[in-house]
Amino acid sequence: MRTTRIFRSAAVLAVAVLAVAGCGGDDGADSAKGGDTCGLSIAFFGAQTGDAANLGINISNGAQLAVDQYNAKNADCPVTLEKFDSQGSPDQAPALAQRIIQKTTIVGVVGPTFSGESKVADPIFNEAGVPLVSASATGPALSEQSWKVFHRVVGSDAVQGPAAAKYIRDTLKAEKVFVVDDASEYGKELADILKAELGDAVVGSDTVQVKQTDFSATVTRIKSSGATVFYFGGYYPEAGLLRKQLTDAGGKDILLVSDDGVRDAGYVEAAGAEAAEGTVVTCPCVPPDKASGTFAADYQKAFNTAPGTYSAEAYDAATVFLDGIAAGKTTRADLLTWVKSYNKQGITKKVQFDPKGDVADKTVWTYVFKNGEIVPDQPVQ
Amino acid sequence: MNIDFLIDNFADLSVTGLAQGAIYALVALGYTLVYGVLRLINFAHSEVFVTGTFATILTLRGIGIGPDDPVPSLLMVLLTLVLASIVAALSSGAVALLVERVAYRPLRRRNAPPLVFLISAVGASLVLMEIYALFLGRDNVRVGNLIKPRTQFTVFGADVTNRQILIVVSAVLMMVVLDSFISRTRLGRGVRAVSQNPDAAALMGVNKDRVIALTFLLGGLMAGVAAVLYDLNFGVTKFSAGFLIGLKAFTAAVLGGIGNLRGALLGGLLLGLAENWGQALLGSAWRDVIAFVFLIVVLMFRPTGILGESLGRARV
Repeated sequence: MRTTRIFRSAAVLAVAVLAVAGCGGDDGADSAKGGDTCGLSIAFFGAQTGDAANLGINISNGAQLAVDQYNAKNADCPVTLEKFDSQGSPDQAPALAQRIIQKTTIVGVVGPTFSGESKVADPIFNEAGVPLVSASATGPALSEQSWKVFHRVVGSDAVQGPAAAKYIRDTLKAEKVFVVDDASEYGKELADILKAELGDAVVGSDTVQVKQTDFSATVTRIKSSGATVFYFGGYYPEAGLLRKQLTDAGGKDILLVSDDGVRDAGYVEAAGAEAAEGTVVTCPCVPPDKASGTFAADYQKAFNTAPGTYSAEAYDAATVFLDGIAAGKTTRADLLTWVKSYNKQGITKKVQFDPKGDVADKTVWTYVFKNGEIVPDQPVQ
Repeated sequence: MNIDFLIDNFADLSVTGLAQGAIYALVALGYTLVYGVLRLINFAHSEVFVTGTFATILTLRGIGIGPDDPVPSLLMVLLTLVLASIVAALSSGAVALLVERVAYRPLRRRNAPPLVFLISAVGASLVLMEIYALFLGRDNVRVGNLIKPRTQFTVFGADVTNRQILIVVSAVLMMVVLDSFISRTRLGRGVRAVSQNPDAAALMGVNKDRVIALTFLLGGLMAGVAAVLYDLNFGVTKFSAGFLIGLKAFTAAVLGGIGNLRGALLGGLLLGLAENWGQALLGSAWRDVIAFVFLIVVLMFRPTGILGESLGRARV
């Protein structure tokens, strides 16, 4: 009897809370409509927590800086950046996409961050007509799906993979290369491109798992293959541990070449500065200090840390939407048309999209880890 | 299939597999001990283990051994290792006792059905994991530079490093100590009595609550030592590091016969070896598939594990 009563009062309370929350929501929507075009938001879709959170936070910070600067100029009608944490996991992406779609004040999305989550979330956004500009999803297949909402301000892995292969072949002149991937959408695709590009130079390959910590079998494989260079397609937590374990097992001289998912201080954190020394990563991103204007200094001031991978690209991605809102494009449909015809110099490159959503300028840079720091090396054509 | 590779590198794969297996075995003891007495799986044990990995790092930092510092002198290394093991074991043991107090004892008092214990254990595990993430971050945390792996000798072409020797020897040593504690001491007899027949043991004057707390403590101590070895082996840890190792250790415990101490050792070492050999044969992506197929095959022929469930039977 007593439990029933408790349940009943709990139910009443729950209904009351829901009603209040519902009213609050209605009010918000009303003011958005009533106040002309104010109260709009841009969503950030990507990891804020979880294993690869660093990459997501770099990007959301870049977008946040663009929004803050816009709001400083347009204090009477500010735009909000709403962050949706996907933890970088494709499993969480569909539900998150639905939440963004249902929130009508959101007119555009910076993201999704990773290729895996993009693959499942983008069709949902496409159906609802929410314009997307990703600063980091580099999977080549993403622009081949005829999704009308998809755009990215970075070159795809169809450019990054061959650039890495070219670097290994022409600059390093490596004749024996071992290829490892992490079985993720992103890592596997890059590894496959590398294998195809390098052909006979690939003396072996292996697939590891995300969250794996013991790589002893892979280390044995790399060592016994006689490779002088090994390529890793994946993200920094696994790359760092694999690098450390290979170095510990006497494979110090086998150079690691990897991708933009490893271009993060977290790599050094996992491998240690000593083992990380000399690791080369490719990235279709410009070095943050090469970004034009006062971006690097502003970012440092706002977040008390130097800009990371894709921070500047995220700034450009958010700017595409902010320029549109400033020009009076305040619905999802209008903004989508705006993005498609956008053509302006951003801080990283000239931002202009082809009909598939790929950016016109696709320069890939190589970076080298030196004394625990990521140092820009050279652009690969 | 890559049989040549397996044959060529058999010794090397076995050595690294044994080192990994030794860590599985020490963690597996915690599952086995608690199961032997309470007949339930303590799913929070993986976080008990993670506690130890962080305690080790903090101890090293306290002494002033950072990840980029040079390796200290041998005497200093040994002293630090002993100190770190004690701190890690005590921290893990304390957390294990806490879990028992908070997540299990209240349920036991109310005679809750076994499924409720399971949910409570998973809850405790998540709470601990997120607490570590909040206070220590979600990234890899590096361990102080304590041992530089150096090849000591070569067996059939496989280099055996000082680190691997240390790991396997310490793990086996801890096992022997625990085994004789359970089979020879008065407290150990209490554990065996409760495991065999809780009611009869209570009638004979064994304090059941104290025995249960003791098994959690012992499991925690072992996990703490395992954590030190894990830190030495991998050089990093993170808040979620317990999940995979917990899963594998649990598998190892079932493989050897859950509730059986020697079974946990055997199961751990076998699992470490099987994983490495299987990976060599089929590729690293098959690692977990191999581990669980191996478990299923063993259980098909020996449903109670390789050595059987025998903490309860008088022998152990």
